[in-house]
Amino acid sequence: MPDTILPGHGSGGKLMNDLIHDTIRETLGNESIQLDDSAVLQLPGRQIAFTTDSYTITPIEFPGGNIGSLAVNGTVNDLAVMGAEPLYLSCSIILEEGLPLDELKRVLQSMRAAADYAGVSIVTGDTKVVPRGKGDKIYINTAGIGVFTSPPQRHDIIPGDAIIINGYIGDHGTAVMAERNKLSFSRGLLSDCAPLNMLIQQVIQSYPSSIRFMRDATRGGVASVLNEITKDRPFGAKLIENSLPVHDEVRGVSELLGIDPLYIANEGKVVIITDGKDAPGIVEEMKKIPEGKDAAIIGEITDNYTGSAYITTRVGGNRMLPLLIEEQLPRIC
Amino acid sequence: MTNEHVLAHDAEKLKQYQIDSDICIMEVCGTHTTEYFRTGVKDIFPPRLRLVDGPGCPVCVTPNHYLDHAIALAGQKDCIIATFGDMVKVPSSYSSLARESAGGARVEVVYSPVDALDIARQNPHSEVVFLSVGFETTAPTEAVTVQQAREQNLKNFSLLPGNKLTVPAVKALLDAEEVNIDGFILPGHVSAIIGTNAWKFLGSEYNKPAVVTGFDDHDLLKGTLLLLTLISENKPHVLNEYTRVVRDGGNQHAMDMIYSVFDADDSEWRGIGVIPGSGLLLKDEYADFDATKKFTVDIPEPKEHPGCRCGELLRGLILPTECPLFGKGCNPEHPIGPCMVSTEGPCAAYYKYGR
Repeated sequence: MPDTILPGHGSGGKLMNDLIHDTIRETLGNESIQLDDSAVLQLPGRQIAFTTDSYTITPIEFPGGNIGSLAVNGTVNDLAVMGAEPLYLSCSIILEEGLPLDELKRVLQSMRAAADYAGVSIVTGDTKVVPRGKGDKIYINTAGIGVFTSPPQRHDIIPGDAIIINGYIGDHGTAVMAERNKLSFSRGLLSDCAPLNMLIQQVIQSYPSSIRFMRDATRGGVASVLNEITKDRPFGAKLIENSLPVHDEVRGVSELLGIDPLYIANEGKVVIITDGKDAPGIVEEMKKIPEGKDAAIIGEITDNYTGSAYITTRVGGNRMLPLLIEEQLPRIC
Repeated sequence: MTNEHVLAHDAEKLKQYQIDSDICIMEVCGTHTTEYFRTGVKDIFPPRLRLVDGPGCPVCVTPNHYLDHAIALAGQKDCIIATFGDMVKVPSSYSSLARESAGGARVEVVYSPVDALDIARQNPHSEVVFLSVGFETTAPTEAVTVQQAREQNLKNFSLLPGNKLTVPAVKALLDAEEVNIDGFILPGHVSAIIGTNAWKFLGSEYNKPAVVTGFDDHDLLKGTLLLLTLISENKPHVLNEYTRVVRDGGNQHAMDMIYSVFDADDSEWRGIGVIPGSGLLLKDEYADFDATKKFTVDIPEPKEHPGCRCGELLRGLILPTECPLFGKGCNPEHPIGPCMVSTEGPCAAYYKYGR
């Protein structure tokens, strides 16, 4: 088998068959992947959640993960934050001619490991090859199906509700940015790329009627999630700076580049809005799961600054957290 | 006292500070502009204390003529413009680098001027022009970059000199006597290079107190409280709050580095005009790396947007919210003036954090 991706790997011939059988299926799961035109699935319960997401990232491998684990966890998390239990994923891969096979294998292995850890099966997929220069090594699309064992977790948010996060913010975006720009002082910082379904099920099962809203804080970070939920609503979202879990490395890179950790992407963080009085108990439940060991209450829903997100800083002043207009650009000095 | 206690104590002290008549202080650093908001320190200012923004945002004080020149260079065949991110969206007289880039010009954002050398090496058949803007903080790295380019015999690298010096600009503001400033919050990073002593003239010649201040919430509280005390006690001293970084004599090595490559010369500032000795131009012996000498391009006559009041803002005459375009014709999505673009621009800070 050649050790890089060739145009023939997308031809429909033997080369493609070998790639699918010997590399992709072998790694992602011979047992789960069905070879027919569609996978036929058993779905317990009646209500299902269904989502799809495409993944592109440079570099495709970064400290703490790669595009493969990202593609599994991202889609698992989109299902999980609705309150669904993710079961099945599809995996559609677009490869650029010239990609070393070893890199593809590492990505696939990492997909498989992420799927096994999250308890989901990759059941169907597709592969295409584009000519050199027409892609960025590898693009992955995953679609996912989850089932509801309890009703979808969406209820009205009211002042007095608490804002919870399951751990340190900004790690993923900072780790990728540092890798991309070879910033040496962030060494040791890892992406937080992780599945949230076990954590969320733990919360739902222990507090079945306390959750108002959950969203994974990916692109745009925690501040963007809070903007989304407060827009045109009769309440504001207040964060407390002293309660925000931020690693020193993230703070350092952010200060240097003039960007705000609250707007940096995460890949394993969920913002949970819950009934205020149950929040301490929910945080305790979250701490029992590895993905929630640093969970904390970081703010509350208030009657102030309605329609906006804001933060009370360490000195006790308030500042607004507006929606980001475009990508944060590093400043001059 | 723990750090948190000191912070809480200083915050309370600032909140309760008794001011009998209006006080106007000026910061001369884009990072201070944003950090006063970001840390919430501005939000706990006592009544009658006004903070105005000086010419401390490098992108904001860069005149249209410079941007027009950069855009003319970008339009040349096989030319790559390497620049700090802030510059990309700033409107020039007729366009912006972002718009030129969308139209096919090559504009690369770099984090350090040295990165521009890598781009030059990787693109031996293109000319790479680095937009050298910034104050005394960035000038040493820009000087090193030119020296490295010469050592590595990189023939396809040059810079468009646009560096500025802060001290002459502050002097020019005071000499113009347009605005009554009671005291200055002086830039920490710039002072790390030029030293606290470089600011002593503020007290001795202009009778103005000033405090060199760092950038976190502790620094801003301490610097502001110190300055208020100096003002209320009528003591025109120049003090250093940021002692963990700034020395009285500055960083002589960095200063030597700057003046081994650059000479101080007159320079145009947006809104202020030409200030004697306020800019850095490449020495003649580095003319090969000077884009103004290396390339001949047609630069259009610069023009300003008629309603834009960035100039008055940078002289401390108005606050962003006092500009009629603020938030109406001019916002970060569709900026008219540079102060709305840069992350260090006063208008961008007011738009983002003010309420």
